[in-house]
Amino acid sequence: MTSATINYETMEQKPITTALAVRNLSVFFGTNQVLKSVSLDIAPRAVTAIIGPSGCGKSTFLRALNRMHELNPDARMTGEIQLFGDDIYARTVEPVVVRRRVGMVFQKSNPFPTMTISENVTVGLRLNGVRDKKLLAERTEQSLRMAALWDEVKDRLNTAAISLSGGQQQRLCIARALAVQPEVLLMDEPASALDPLATSKIEDLILDLKKSYTIVIVTHNMQQAARASDFTAFFYLGELVEFGTTTKIFTSPSQKRTEDYVTGRFG
Amino acid sequence: MIAANHKARQIKDVLMQVGACVCAILVVAPLVLIFYHLIKLGFSSINWEFFTQLPKAVGETGGGMGNAIVGTFILLGQAAIIGVPVGVLGGVFLSEYGTPKFNWWLRFAADILNGVPSIVWGLVVYGLVVIPMHGFSALAGGIVLGLMMIPLVMRTTEEVLHLVPAGYREAALALGVSKWKTVLQIVVRTALKGIVTGVLLAIARVSGETAPLLFTALGNNTWAQNLKQPIAALPLQIFNYAMSPYDDWHRQAWAAALVLLLLVLFINIGVRFLTRDRWKSKV
Repeated sequence: MTSATINYETMEQKPITTALAVRNLSVFFGTNQVLKSVSLDIAPRAVTAIIGPSGCGKSTFLRALNRMHELNPDARMTGEIQLFGDDIYARTVEPVVVRRRVGMVFQKSNPFPTMTISENVTVGLRLNGVRDKKLLAERTEQSLRMAALWDEVKDRLNTAAISLSGGQQQRLCIARALAVQPEVLLMDEPASALDPLATSKIEDLILDLKKSYTIVIVTHNMQQAARASDFTAFFYLGELVEFGTTTKIFTSPSQKRTEDYVTGRFG
Repeated sequence: MIAANHKARQIKDVLMQVGACVCAILVVAPLVLIFYHLIKLGFSSINWEFFTQLPKAVGETGGGMGNAIVGTFILLGQAAIIGVPVGVLGGVFLSEYGTPKFNWWLRFAADILNGVPSIVWGLVVYGLVVIPMHGFSALAGGIVLGLMMIPLVMRTTEEVLHLVPAGYREAALALGVSKWKTVLQIVVRTALKGIVTGVLLAIARVSGETAPLLFTALGNNTWAQNLKQPIAALPLQIFNYAMSPYDDWHRQAWAAALVLLLLVLFINIGVRFLTRDRWKSKV
């Protein structure tokens, strides 16, 4: 089903043009198989949207990309994922290292309530041993600017993070993820709990961030996928049904099920 | 017919409300009575001497319980040194590590330990510490109170750690922060006020324990010298003075009971203060 979109032969020979190469990924929770042999290539410096009805395995797929699914003790995976050529499931690779390279933003904004705005931004660096105050201050400004939050918070960096509005909190979480300078940013329905104005700010931000980052975003919102992404993958019942450019998926999908889903006939 | 039924229901409703209200008053009444009684009988004996002097010999009037007050604080300090780290880390293990099955047994054991009569704790530490050390000691008293604190602190720590939303753990781990740093710097820090609350309540709980101290700290009529000597404590002093035939000692026992109760009250007020702040910051 997926072989139509991926040519394994040419992949091997070319220099690395994929950020994340996923091969035959299956994920099980106990005896329940949530992902069924998914293979796809995620392009660097582009936005890849993962769409599909609830329970189709799209969040699990996203979490497998930085090994977050392993927090579930019953989780088990087979297959291979390469991050710019490095096998992230190799026996010698620790999940901690993978997650430093592949950051994540969650559906529900979760700034740490015990910390100020600037402490939240630098927490990943500080807990990984960075003490240099100048570097931390630089990275705070840089990350907040990238997350389009700097102008709103620059005068109150030392106030509690939870004093921010919902949309600001989510952008703070994006800044926090950016501060450790990951190569890939995973976003799990980052705007689904936000109002339309805050949502459009996050979408603008995504378009801005793809200039320097590889972004994978799970979304329930078809318009969002169409507006913000370059590539779209449609998952259904744990399988990758179709993967291609967003234009193609939304205008001329090759699978009937994809067409039914993106036009709102089911799901 | 309908109206009569309605009337009966209304009466039942009122009866229920009155019954619940009476029971609620019965809960508060003992506290009021205890305070009234202790203040009436003990307040007159509370003065500067009471806090600073040693007990006088039998027959002499005056004197105080300075040594017992200091002793109680020394015992509680030792208990905290033993009970807080073990209890808190045990609670961290229950909440953040371990397997469901193993944790089920751990919780079960902690709940049984919470129900072990305090006199049994005293006997156990008598056997484990007092006999090998050839004597009663402050150390044995601190150990017994500390052991009693462990299951209390462990269970409350576990409960407040469970209240920390999973999203904070995930956010930290997704930043590439190691598990132990996530647990200490994010999870424990977020729940710190709750943990401190649990610790304070555990200290308040053991501060009035008498039976285990009879077998361990024993009591002493002079100031604490070192931890290998028997040490005075307020509950022990209350016990000894209340059992004596002297009116003056009875009055001092009432005063000591009042001081002990005030100590517990202040700890509880501190806890209220902490928890109020916690709820505010959450909203």
